[in-house]
Amino acid sequence: MQVTPELLIQVLLIGITNGAIIALVALGYTLVYGIVELINFAHGDVFMLGTMLSLTMVTWVPSLMGLRGAWLMPTPLLMALVLGTLILAMVFCGLLNVAIERFAYRRLRNAPRLAPLITAIGVSFILVNVGLHWKGASPVNFPDLLPNVNLLAGVLGLNTTVTFTLKDLLVILITVPLIVGLQLFVQRTRLGKAMRATAQDREAAQIMGIDINLTIALTFLLGGALAGAAGLAFGLYNNIAWFFQGFRNGLYAFTAAVMGGIGNVTGAALGGFVIGLLAAFSDFFFDPRWTQAVVFAVLILILVFRPTGLLGEKQAERA
Amino acid sequence: MTRAITLRLLVGLATASTLLAIACAPAAPPSPTAPPAKPAATQAPSATQPAAAKPTEKPGATPAAQATEKPGATPAAKAAGLSGTVKIVSSLPRTGSSKGQTDTMVNAMKMALEESNNKVGDATIAYDDMDDATAAKGSWDAAKEAENANKAAADQNVLLYLGTFNSGAAKVSIPILNRAGPLGMISPANTYPGLTKKVEGVEANEPDVYYPNKTRNYYRVIPADDLQGPMGASWAKDLGAKKVYILDDTELYGHGIAVAFQLAAKKLNLDVVGGPDGIDAKASDYRALAQKIKTSGADLVYFGGITQNNAGKLWQDLKAAVPDLKLMGPDGIMENAFIEAAGPAAEGSYITFGGVPPDQLKGKGADFVKKYKDKYKQDLEAYTAYGYEAARVGLKAIQDCGKKDRACVVEALSKVKNFDGVLGTWSFTETGDTTLTTGSGNTVKNGKFEFVKVLEAPK
Repeated sequence: MQVTPELLIQVLLIGITNGAIIALVALGYTLVYGIVELINFAHGDVFMLGTMLSLTMVTWVPSLMGLRGAWLMPTPLLMALVLGTLILAMVFCGLLNVAIERFAYRRLRNAPRLAPLITAIGVSFILVNVGLHWKGASPVNFPDLLPNVNLLAGVLGLNTTVTFTLKDLLVILITVPLIVGLQLFVQRTRLGKAMRATAQDREAAQIMGIDINLTIALTFLLGGALAGAAGLAFGLYNNIAWFFQGFRNGLYAFTAAVMGGIGNVTGAALGGFVIGLLAAFSDFFFDPRWTQAVVFAVLILILVFRPTGLLGEKQAERA
Repeated sequence: MTRAITLRLLVGLATASTLLAIACAPAAPPSPTAPPAKPAATQAPSATQPAAAKPTEKPGATPAAQATEKPGATPAAKAAGLSGTVKIVSSLPRTGSSKGQTDTMVNAMKMALEESNNKVGDATIAYDDMDDATAAKGSWDAAKEAENANKAAADQNVLLYLGTFNSGAAKVSIPILNRAGPLGMISPANTYPGLTKKVEGVEANEPDVYYPNKTRNYYRVIPADDLQGPMGASWAKDLGAKKVYILDDTELYGHGIAVAFQLAAKKLNLDVVGGPDGIDAKASDYRALAQKIKTSGADLVYFGGITQNNAGKLWQDLKAAVPDLKLMGPDGIMENAFIEAAGPAAEGSYITFGGVPPDQLKGKGADFVKKYKDKYKQDLEAYTAYGYEAARVGLKAIQDCGKKDRACVVEALSKVKNFDGVLGTWSFTETGDTTLTTGSGNTVKNGKFEFVKVLEAPK
């Protein structure tokens, strides 16, 4: 196989785009873990339902207008649809996550660790089956909304075989600002401060007048909203929706969170990109069936040498 | 300090559980709703074969020498020993995504029985349409299939078991029925070769493992994948492909047919530039793999696998990376669900089917299609005629045998030679396969499957 630098750049781009989606989901794991020390296994399936809702929106709205598909809509309307779907998916998944916390996890907050963990797995099963009944057992096509324009050769006029389309750009445009925004929110705002305080010591924070229930609900809301955004990005980028997609992506995202140091927001984002890149290069250089083995082997190596993950050393600063 | 320790513990635990989940994932996804697998899922035949390692006894080795059938000379005289009720059952997925297909198959079977006035000899035929699928799974279920087989085995009036639709389900029921008499089983749709024969790409102990009684009781009227794979290869050559890249979904059916394709492709001097590479069915995309295939210079990609293992997404990513790449797959993706998942990327794919689509049947076959359409006012599906043929040939075996004796019916099945049916004139081979070797090549046009040409397996 002739490996050219252009090819490597291409694979790099694929890895970054996939990694961005994983990073977004990973943030939800890490936020929740940071504050209640619960691995929310249902998170991947919240993300899946985000894709399902987005799919329903982008097929239903054009059909209301009497069009055969969303790609036939005029550009401004199409942009409004994408933006509207993004907001709707974020709100839906955020509220869903809050509801899960309220009804499934809150009562178990002081129970032994295993109880909420197993509850989370149970919630995950419920959500998977909701997805199954919603869109059926087979993968469903997610319509390609954006024109297939190659930005590098077509728009910038570069002489290269590397393709970077509007779709890839959109994924980056959705994910990166959200990752940065979350970081700013946690570090710079009063609510973020309340979250960090709750993470450090729940009782002390309560004594200082912080509403613990509200802060935890807020954390779940943020995590869910990010999963919703990731759900739409996944659909737009991969053009497929499947009731089972939450499992694999959730697993990768959780791995990303652990790799980056669970509880650490920057670490989760970093972990997401690392896994995206690892998977892409492994797909490219080896038989794709080994990809998972490669990803988890690297995870083990990292945990052997840095048991708290890449950026997980600052115990006190989790949020 | 304690918190740091708990954290480490938890991370360790989580990693361990993650790895565990990964290890279990391909075989048993932790959801109660494993995605349906069309042919040959990985179920091992449950608790069956104690003496599987013994050398093959040629089951039904005698009949080969028998004289050819004299059509018409048999029934009335021989069937005198039949009286009371004779039961024929079918076990097909009657719930979920296969229902459309199996509705027509059941209709066709009923039609075959009605044509003989629901009588065989002096006995009345009672037909039982059993469902081997569950609503929760949306596809066939191993426990349900075992239940059906046990039910049929226990009822001594049952002389014939028609089914299954999915090869994986057949692996469950063949051994059960084999020990019950043996009770004869005719499948209209199983294409996994390992059920009847030992060819490259099947598991080592197959097919003996399915026949604990050493007698063959399983027959099928559709050519198996050891023919379908080579049909695909010769079609690829006709299409002008020079370099082929082979992928599969790592399942028994998918990998088996990919290997069959690969061997045939080499014989036909096609350049196999890669594979069979196993794809990860749950991956979110195959873009990097598509880049690798692009680099290999392949002009055709063959995918051995089923829709439910992410064929649609694979098609999208391959088409996006190399727009003029030819994409070929087997009957595991010949269903509307595939077109739905792949979207526009499905257009122009090449899809092989081990049999012949209904509108290509000739002679008696064409008559059948017309009669069916008149009677049921609906179009036929790919396996409808195969359902009819299975019922017809089974009925004939019961008639030939002429008594309520399961072993005798199985023996009669093994003697079926030059059967003049709707699929043409054919015989059962000693392994229980059909002598037919005709399949078909199909494509997708405007979101629908369309017949292209008849395919013959290269010799």
